[in-house]
Amino acid sequence: MKKLLVFTKKEFYHIFRDKKTLLILFGMPIFQILIFGFAITNEINNANISIYDKSKDYQSQKLINKILSTNYFTLHSYLNSDSEIEDAFETGKVKQVIIIEPDFAEKLNKEGEANIHLVSDATDPNTGTTLINYTSSIIRIFANELNKGVIPDFVIENEIEMRYNKSLKGVYLFVPGLITVILMLVSAMMTSISLTREKEYGSMEILLASPMKPAIVIISKVIPYLLIAYTDALLILLMGKFIFGVPIVGSLPLLLAECALFVMLALSLGIFISTKAKTQQVALMVSLVGLMLPTILLSGFIFPVENMPIPLQVVASINPSRWFIIIVKDIMLKGAGLDILWQETLILLGFTLGFILLSIKNFKVRLS
Amino acid sequence: MRNVKFLLEKEFKQVFRNKAMLPIIFVMPIIQLLILANAATFDIKNLKLYIVDKDMSSVSRQIINKFEASPYFVLEEVSLSEKYADEAIQDSKADLYIEIPKNFEYDLVREKHAKTKIVTNAIDGTKAGLAMNYASNILNDYNVEIAHELAISTNSMPQDQLKKINVEYSNWYNEDLKYDTFMVPGILVLLVTMIGTFLSSMNIVKEKEIGTIEQINVTPIRKHEFIIGKLLPFLVIALFELALGLVVSKLVYNIPILGSIGLIFMFATAYMIVFLGIGLFISTFTTTQQQAMFLSWFVMVIFILLSGLFTPVENMPEWVQYLTYLNPIRYFIEVIRMVMLKGAGLENITFHFKMMGIFAVIFNVSAILRYKKTV
Repeated sequence: MKKLLVFTKKEFYHIFRDKKTLLILFGMPIFQILIFGFAITNEINNANISIYDKSKDYQSQKLINKILSTNYFTLHSYLNSDSEIEDAFETGKVKQVIIIEPDFAEKLNKEGEANIHLVSDATDPNTGTTLINYTSSIIRIFANELNKGVIPDFVIENEIEMRYNKSLKGVYLFVPGLITVILMLVSAMMTSISLTREKEYGSMEILLASPMKPAIVIISKVIPYLLIAYTDALLILLMGKFIFGVPIVGSLPLLLAECALFVMLALSLGIFISTKAKTQQVALMVSLVGLMLPTILLSGFIFPVENMPIPLQVVASINPSRWFIIIVKDIMLKGAGLDILWQETLILLGFTLGFILLSIKNFKVRLS
Repeated sequence: MRNVKFLLEKEFKQVFRNKAMLPIIFVMPIIQLLILANAATFDIKNLKLYIVDKDMSSVSRQIINKFEASPYFVLEEVSLSEKYADEAIQDSKADLYIEIPKNFEYDLVREKHAKTKIVTNAIDGTKAGLAMNYASNILNDYNVEIAHELAISTNSMPQDQLKKINVEYSNWYNEDLKYDTFMVPGILVLLVTMIGTFLSSMNIVKEKEIGTIEQINVTPIRKHEFIIGKLLPFLVIALFELALGLVVSKLVYNIPILGSIGLIFMFATAYMIVFLGIGLFISTFTTTQQQAMFLSWFVMVIFILLSGLFTPVENMPEWVQYLTYLNPIRYFIEVIRMVMLKGAGLENITFHFKMMGIFAVIFNVSAILRYKKTV
C-alpha cells in the first residue's frame, strides 16, 4: 500500500511538472462549456435576406416592415431584377429572398388573393426550412390581421410545452455529452499515451525490473488521471448548474457513481490500447480515431443516433459512450433512477470487465 | 534551395517508412468521409409523433389527417389519454405529442376559441425547435382553413371577401433537402485541417523530443529552409487528401461540383499555409508530442465549433458572429460550400482570399520568429 502511494506521488509530480498539459486539461472543459453555453443557440439571429418587391405599394411595404421588425432577419439588399437573385445567393451572404408579385395590394383588394414566393438557400437544409417557417408564419399573421373584422375569429390556440428544457437551451444536451468526451479524453487517451511513453523511453523496463508488482505500477500510473478526470467532470456539472442553470433532477450520488464507473471503463480501455501500441504516435492516433471520433460522432452527443443508417447504429451500440450519455441525460434531465437505467449500467459494467481482462491477457512483463 | 530538396526527400522517406502512419494518412480520410457524412446528420424528417385525441370529432380527425400527410412526421400512435404519450416521451419513443382536449370542436364552433397542446422532448433543442415550428405551422394553417370554412358556413359570407396570401417556396441549391450535400464539403475541410495541424505540429516536436532537432540545428541549413522542408510535405499530403476526398464525395455521395475545382485547390493551398503556420506555431510552444497533440486538439475543437460546420453561424449570438471572422476554418467552409454547391467564382471569394493572406502572414511570421536554432 505504501509503495502504491509513493508511486502515485511520483506520477503526480510528473503531471504537475508539465504545466502546459495541466492547463489544457482544466482549461479545455471550461472553455468548451462556455462556448457551448453562450455561442451555440437554437434560434436564428440576423439571417441576411434580400427583398424583391415587384409591386412597391402600401401593402407590400407594410408586410416588409413587419418581416424586418423581428430579430430573425437583417435586410441585406433590395433587388430589382430576377437576375439579381442568383447573384445575391452566390455571394454567400443572403440566405433567403422574398419575392412579392406585382400589384400586390390591388390583387388583395380586388381578387382577395395575392402571391409571395420565398426562395431559400437550402445548402443548409435546416436553416433553409427554418427561415421559410419563420417567414410564412409572419405572413400568416399579416393575412389574419387583414381579415380582422371581416370574419369572426375562430382561434385555435397552441399551448406549447418544451419538456425537460423549457427555454430550448443547447447547453442541456451538451453538458452530458461534454462530460463523456472529457472523461474519455483524459482517462483513456492520456493514460494510453503516458503508458506508451514509458515504453518508448525505455523507462518501463526499469519499472518492471524493480521489485514492484506490474499491477501496482499500472494502478499508480492511472490514479492521477482518474482524479483529474473526475475533477473535470465535477467542474462541468457545477458550471452547467450555476452558470447555465442545467438542472440535476435525479439523484446526485447515482450520477457520481455512474461517472466513476465510466472512468473505470475509460481507464481500462486506455490500458488496453497501451498494451497494443508501440509508440506514442500510434497510441495517439488510435485513441483519436478509435475513441474520440466515435465518442463525439457516434454517441448521440451532437447527432442523434436514431437518424443514422442502420449499420452505423449497430456500430454506435458497441460504443460505450453512447450508453453513458443516455445515463447522464436521463439522470440529470429526466430524473431517472436505476430502475430505468439498470440495462445501460450493466452494459457499462460488462465493457469494463471485458477491457480489464483483455489488458491483463495482453500485458507483457517482458519487453522484447 | 538544394538543401530544401534534401530535406523534402528526408521527410517523405520518413513518412513512407512509418508503417503505422501510412494507413492513417490514406485510409482515415475515406473512412471519415463514409462514417462522418452518414453520422453527422441533423436530418429532421421522420419526427416521431403521438397524438392524444380526447375529442374524437371530425375536426380532430382532420387535424390527425394533416399530420399524417406531412413529410416531417411519422404518426406512431393515436391514444385517448396523455399518460401513455407522457411515457413515450420519457422513454424517447416519441419526439413530441399533440393533445386535442375534450370538447375541442364544440369550443371552436361555439366559443370561437379552442386549445391544443404541443409537448416536445426538448433535451435536443434543435430538434425540438424544428418539431415545434412544423407542428404549429400545420396547426395554424389548419386554423386559417377551418376559420374560413366556419365563417362561410355560419355567416353565409361570400368567399371573395376574405383576403388570402399564398406562400409558395423553393429550396435552391439542394432541392431534396439532403443533409449530406451540406455536410460532405465541410468534412473535406475538416480532413485537411486535421492533417495539417496534428501532423505538422507533432512532426517538429517529435524531432525535439527525440533530440534529432539539435543535429539539424548544427547543420548549415537556414531557418526558413528547415521550415519550408517541414511544411511542404504536409501541404502535398493535405492536397492529396483533398483530391481523394473530392473523388469519394463525387462517387459515393454524388455531391455536385458546380464551380471550378482549380479554385478549390487554390484556396486550399492558401488555407493550408495558414494551418501549417498554426501547427508550426504550436510546435514552438511545446516540448512533448503529448502537449502538441493536446494543444492542437484544443485549438481545433474551438475553431470547429465556431466555424459553422455543424451549427450554422446564423444560430450564434451577434457578438459571436463577429468573432467567427477571426476563425480561418469558417472561411474555407464557406468557400467550399459556395464553390461546390453554388458555383461561386473567384470574384465572390476575394475577401476570403485576402483574409487567408493576412492569417498566413501572421502565423508563419510569428512561428519563424519564435523558432530558435539554439537549444
